[in-house]
Amino acid sequence: MNIIVCVKQVPDTTDVKIDPKTGTLIREGVPSIVNPDDKHALEEALHLKEKFGGKVTVLSMGPPQAEDALRECSAMGADDMILLCDRAFAGADTWATSYTLGEAAKKIGYDLIICGREAIDGDTAQIGPQMAEHLQIPQITYVRKVEVGDGKVICERALEDGYERIEASLPALLTVISDLNKPRYPSVRGIVEAYQEKKVTVWTAADIGADMACIGLDGSPTNVKRSFAPEPKGKGEVLKGDAKEMSKQLVEKLKEKNVLR
Amino acid sequence: MKVTINVDDCIGCGICVKISPKGYEINDQMKAQVLDMNAPGIKEGADDCPVGAILVEGEAMPAAQAPAQAEEILVKPDLSEYKGVMVFAEQRGGDLMKVTLELLGRGRGLADELGVPLSVALLGHGVDGLAPTLIAGGADKVYVIDDPRLKDYNTSSYAKAMIELIRAEKPEIVLYGATHNGRDLAPRIAKRLDTGLTADCTELSIETETRMLLQTRPAFGGNIMATIMCPDNRPQMSTVRPGIMKVLEPDQNRKGETIIFDAKLTDADVLTRIIEIIKERKVVANLEDAKIIVSGGRGVGGADGFKTIQALADILNAEVGGSRVAVEKGWISKDHQVGQTGKSVRPNLYIACGISGSIQHRAGMQNSECIVAINKDPSAQIFTVADIGLVGDLFDVIPALIEELKAAGIGQ
Ligand SMILES: Cc1cc2nc3c(=O)[nH]c(=O)nc-3n(C[C@H](O)[C@H](O)[C@H](O)COP(=O)(O)OP(=O)(O)OC[C@H]3O[C@@H](n4cnc5c(N)ncnc54)[C@H](O)[C@@H]3O)c2cc1C
Ligand SMILES: Cc1cc2nc3c(=O)[nH]c(=O)nc-3n(C[C@H](O)[C@H](O)[C@H](O)COP(=O)(O)OP(=O)(O)OC[C@H]3O[C@@H](n4cnc5c(N)ncnc54)[C@H](O)[C@@H]3O)c2cc1C
Repeated sequence: MNIIVCVKQVPDTTDVKIDPKTGTLIREGVPSIVNPDDKHALEEALHLKEKFGGKVTVLSMGPPQAEDALRECSAMGADDMILLCDRAFAGADTWATSYTLGEAAKKIGYDLIICGREAIDGDTAQIGPQMAEHLQIPQITYVRKVEVGDGKVICERALEDGYERIEASLPALLTVISDLNKPRYPSVRGIVEAYQEKKVTVWTAADIGADMACIGLDGSPTNVKRSFAPEPKGKGEVLKGDAKEMSKQLVEKLKEKNVLR
Repeated sequence: MKVTINVDDCIGCGICVKISPKGYEINDQMKAQVLDMNAPGIKEGADDCPVGAILVEGEAMPAAQAPAQAEEILVKPDLSEYKGVMVFAEQRGGDLMKVTLELLGRGRGLADELGVPLSVALLGHGVDGLAPTLIAGGADKVYVIDDPRLKDYNTSSYAKAMIELIRAEKPEIVLYGATHNGRDLAPRIAKRLDTGLTADCTELSIETETRMLLQTRPAFGGNIMATIMCPDNRPQMSTVRPGIMKVLEPDQNRKGETIIFDAKLTDADVLTRIIEIIKERKVVANLEDAKIIVSGGRGVGGADGFKTIQALADILNAEVGGSRVAVEKGWISKDHQVGQTGKSVRPNLYIACGISGSIQHRAGMQNSECIVAINKDPSAQIFTVADIGLVGDLFDVIPALIEELKAAGIGQ
């Protein structure tokens, strides 16, 4: 079974702080990491490979230093590493990113593609479904359990109030959440191989035969018009009265703010 | 003037290039670089860098400040064919999801501002009974697509039906709830229709001059906000975070039209099979995804006291959180800890009970949409980040609050 795992290198946003003066992110000392959901995607792929044989390819679109993310995945056990790196890819929205990753996937070949549900920087969760659409294959998102057999995949898909079990024929694309499994640590052998022996294959737009009108800024229907720091909180109000009176006012205000379900 | 780009910080997102195409470019290292520091928009491009990697020192050239786009005369596709605002109605098992009414509430405002109709796409099997609720909630038109293949949500058949409807009706804006199903469906539709999609929006408005939709959303874990547009493609599409937009007061006298739409589905449009759907209540603390969190600190006094916190959480269908003190004392397990060394949370509602609001605790919860603090010390730090403060003993306030919530029909 050939599995592609899509991996994004992201800044560790839990460590991010805002500069109160400029309203932008302070990135100094913020480490770049493998997007957390993607490690769960990789773990599942490695597990399936152990069971059924085959190959796991990690695929990333990003700047040259995204190689580090791929090597980390290789140290965990991924066989091949492919980096899509070309200035023409820069500034892509999810439409253009999914086109680019999708074209690369066609070139690699696959029975199954696994993505993280969401990247912690862009936060859109759109890449998985859009790649599946580009490749015209079924998708199952928010996956928290995977079973494969008979050319089919059966998954538990998390819902807000429970879950559903869904079946799809292969090839298919899954997006996974952290409940799925516990990612393994890299082995010593894996680390040596990943950092000293293996090579990262780098593909440009020409290598994947990309239509230049479909990639990067030009291929992106959306436009970021501006970005800014969230409004600082205004001064809150303190309610008056006894416990009952305060509670009454509180319920009114919460209903007004539309935060109660 | 001097413009410097800190390449270590640059993430190659290309925002500066979009804002000032003459001023910046992306180089082979996929980093921004300055093309012409006197180009129009150079300062704006620096200001809007989401990671603050561009530094402009000194005065910008006061010369001709024509907007960057003015010189490019692009041949744009005919966008004027697209009219109206459409909302995707999400139902599960025949029950309307609340976010649908929220979308109608906001959609009504956008449609009125544009002077166009507001329609709803209602997909399912035997769900036309929901149409009056949708009309009372603000819709002018309800398109009903009824098919046994649409009984339960399924990506491919729902996508096909929506694509047929959008191609036929050509709305300029389509809104979806940012629920698990909405975020599964909308990207697929956007890809097939070759249009943009903005994820998880918390604010929508119309840019007066262009009549375009301004879609604002948090990114980088809520650390920054971005306003996104879709200038050259239609429809403009967004998923909208549940619990943010206001529902209209239902108006039973509102007139609306119900239209049956045939999406020409076949069995080949169904790519996945649902084996079963199971409802369950969460067992492990999932604070990161929680919509509401009720947290307790030292003021709760013990494991027993946490039963009071749990009771409030139950009625709100919320998760329980705790300060480090509550965790260290063993009143609640570590997976519930909020703060610098615990979890960073951003629910719609965070209720802090008997928590002083140390900087380490605030670091994990201050981005919550609405913060309520219950503390008997009026000078407690927590009140500096609270939207609503209640000064009092939590063991008096919480039981009274539970009574009021019950009286308001919440948690039934
Ligand atoms: C502030 C800001 C806001 C944005 N908002 C939008 C928006 O609303 N709509 C829009 O279309 N674009 C938006 N973008 C652009 C978007 O972030 C990029 O297209 C990005 O490349 C992919 O989106 P994501 O990070 O949200 O990925 P997600 O869709 O959240 O990622 C899901 C999974 O896809 C895979 N994946 C994602 N990116 C890559 C990659 N580069 N290489 C390999 N695998 C990958 C990973 O498995 C990941 O876990 C925004 C960008 C910025 C800077
Ligand atoms: C490196 C480091 C990391 C840390 N990480 C975290 C972290 O991740 N999360 C975290 O929470 N803390 C963290 N802390 C600890 C933090 O500094 C505080 O000690 C802790 O948050 C205080 O918890 P508290 O608010 O529950 O207790 P206290 O500060 O003791 O506050 C108790 C509050 O309850 C009120 N109260 C008492 N009785 C009642 C009553 N009956 N009704 C109403 N109000 C009442 C009091 O007025 C008081 O304000 C960290 C500290 C360090 C040094």
